[in-house]
Amino acid sequence: MCPSLTMPSHAVPLAMPIIPGLVALAALALDGAMPKSQPAPPMAAPLSPAPDAASALSLMAAIAERRDRDAFARLYLYFAPRLKAYLMRRGADDGLAEEMTQEAMLTVWYRAGSFDPAKAGVSTWIYTIARNKRIDRLRRERFPEIERDDPALVPEPPIAADSALALVQDDARLRVALAALPPEQAELLHLAFFQDKSHSTIADECGLPLGTVKSRIRLALQRLRNDLKDFA
Amino acid sequence: MPSFHPSQTLLMDYAAGSLGEASAVLIATHVSLCPECRAEAARIEAVGGALIETIEPVPLAHDGMAAVLRKLDERPDAPAPIPSFDAETQRLVPAPLRRHLGGNLEDIRWRSLGAVRQIDLAVTQAGGHARLLRLKGGAKVPRHSHDGLEMIIVLAGGFSDQSGHYLRGDVAVAGSDITHAPVADAGEDCICFAVVDGSIKLSGPLGRLVNLFVRT
Ligand SMILES: [Zn+2]
Repeated sequence: MCPSLTMPSHAVPLAMPIIPGLVALAALALDGAMPKSQPAPPMAAPLSPAPDAASALSLMAAIAERRDRDAFARLYLYFAPRLKAYLMRRGADDGLAEEMTQEAMLTVWYRAGSFDPAKAGVSTWIYTIARNKRIDRLRRERFPEIERDDPALVPEPPIAADSALALVQDDARLRVALAALPPEQAELLHLAFFQDKSHSTIADECGLPLGTVKSRIRLALQRLRNDLKDFA
Repeated sequence: MPSFHPSQTLLMDYAAGSLGEASAVLIATHVSLCPECRAEAARIEAVGGALIETIEPVPLAHDGMAAVLRKLDERPDAPAPIPSFDAETQRLVPAPLRRHLGGNLEDIRWRSLGAVRQIDLAVTQAGGHARLLRLKGGAKVPRHSHDGLEMIIVLAGGFSDQSGHYLRGDVAVAGSDITHAPVADAGEDCICFAVVDGSIKLSGPLGRLVNLFVRT
């Protein structure tokens, strides 16, 4: 059986209530965590949307430059329930996923100064932190990260680099492009990221020839790239 | 810039965190040496970032965020000290692989196996192994086949077999159905990192796992 070929029902992030003084509330443990199942308290201030790419960037800047706890709390309430979902889909039980999520978000706080918006979007950077945390904790291995100041690193040619990378920066545009993918391509991208399996295993379990899995993923990535080029 | 690149699906498995450690180290080594694949890996990670935003959120533990907020002033654990390497090792061996060397290239105590000298590296590899290989310039490796899928990346020098001529940064893939007799380029020693991975399968023609041409 091909596991969970279902797509999430919404392709755009849910609006998330942001309450002033979140930190104080959380410290009193009045709110606990408040993902989707819990309605906003009646006294909540007017709803703020989930951070879009620009406001996620300004939250990151506030954390890096001013160690802004409210900014961190907002980032936490948005990303932590999603990281936890990701970690559970990749094989962790609720308790371990919660623990790894907390550790990943602490890493976001500690390493905020090393976040470089020219290299990756906020959600991409946070995704890689959660991915590495999972490999570290679940597999007792270490994700082999690239070091930017590695003497052996071959640098980007000056021109091509930013035009290529600029395409990946805008998370919102990428989400739109993802939502427009043909379902069979989108499903395989989901499987590739959210199942703890390599391509060969996905092919076995889906009863698809490995070549089909590969070509669908290749088509999906190609199409995303073309869609983003159209925007650029 | 390298001419032989890992396939997009290998880059995808790398960026999704689905490769075994040794295979991931090999891909990361190539990505360090190949701006083209570095950009592609960054694009795939951006897909991961976007998918994280579309995932159905899961309820958090009641006191989870409060616990994290209490820890914000703690000092994080100091990162493990990075061993230092001589200039030659730093120049030749990209950081993702260098961490697993255990010492400088010139201090490695190679085991001799005919034309090939080699050493096993302590990198996790289910159903396979990870080795550093060193061939004298011009050395001929006797015809052989592999148990499982072997990926090789060239760090110094070069070698040729019937599938091509491989230089620094190039990735060669040989399935168990392939027998070949690589010959090292004349001149400097050819140093390679080789991984046998039992979990990766070829889907048919050998070319599927390696892109000969830079993607556009
Ligand atoms: Zn490449």
